[in-house]
Amino acid sequence: MTAARKLILAGVALLVAFGLGACGEREQVIVYKQGKYQGKPDTRPWENDPAASLYTTSKWDKGDKTGWETAVRTRNLSQNEYTRAE
Amino acid sequence: MARMKFLCDAERCIECNGCVTACKQENEVPWGVNRRRVVTINDGIVGAEKSISVACMHCSDAPCMAVCPVDCFYRTEEGVVLHDKDLCIGCGYCFYACPFGAPQFPQAGAFGLRGKMDKCTFCAGGPEKDLSKEEFAKYGSNRLAQGKLPACAEMCSTKALLGGDGDVIADIYRQRVLKRGKGSEVWGWGTAYGKPDRKAAPAGAKS
Repeated sequence: MTAARKLILAGVALLVAFGLGACGEREQVIVYKQGKYQGKPDTRPWENDPAASLYTTSKWDKGDKTGWETAVRTRNLSQNEYTRAE
Repeated sequence: MARMKFLCDAERCIECNGCVTACKQENEVPWGVNRRRVVTINDGIVGAEKSISVACMHCSDAPCMAVCPVDCFYRTEEGVVLHDKDLCIGCGYCFYACPFGAPQFPQAGAFGLRGKMDKCTFCAGGPEKDLSKEEFAKYGSNRLAQGKLPACAEMCSTKALLGGDGDVIADIYRQRVLKRGKGSEVWGWGTAYGKPDRKAAPAGAKS
């Protein structure tokens, strides 16, 4: 391989790397610490007692993330009328 | 759980504005603020009219978060983009940055004086104590804390507007499109929705 060809190849590789640089996805890890998200205070939805609200129809135990996710997933799937009709 | 997302099926949306009404009612949104609205293109042209319900899309890389000078935004573990009204200065940068026109500003006085920004919270409230009066007054209802999904999506009569775990609603949409046999021919379908034989994610699966 000639030096010129190597140079062209390196240039193309650089161009591709530069061109696709913006196509990546940003880090999505959300860190929740000491009751805060990125410095802003908030509580997580599963940390609530479902009985605390008059209108809660879903059931999970306070602090049970999996239970809350299951409750939400059930409601989520009920948006699919194909499965409701079957 | 993946990230909470909205998905609006333009083939089903009938521009009833039920989602807008549900949002207004659920969150007691003040006059002049529209957290959600229905956009119609080719209005009145038979066969070409399409409507879509638009609100905050809870972007994974939200431009509003990037431009906020007081850094009042935050993203929750469920991928919901929220903001702290105690920090917001009502500058309007987020409104210019948002491609969906989601940030809204209530009129706070004469001469068009702007109040603090208000936007769709995916019915997840805000920094105040969950399900408290203070939270409701500032941000509206916190349905996620009640194990529910946003009122707009759950109230949608034609189920054009889907809201919830991105993986689940994408599967619902994919199944719907394949059943009706229209829509999967569009460019990018395979990238967005995978192969037709892809099974729905099992309960509790991480993405």
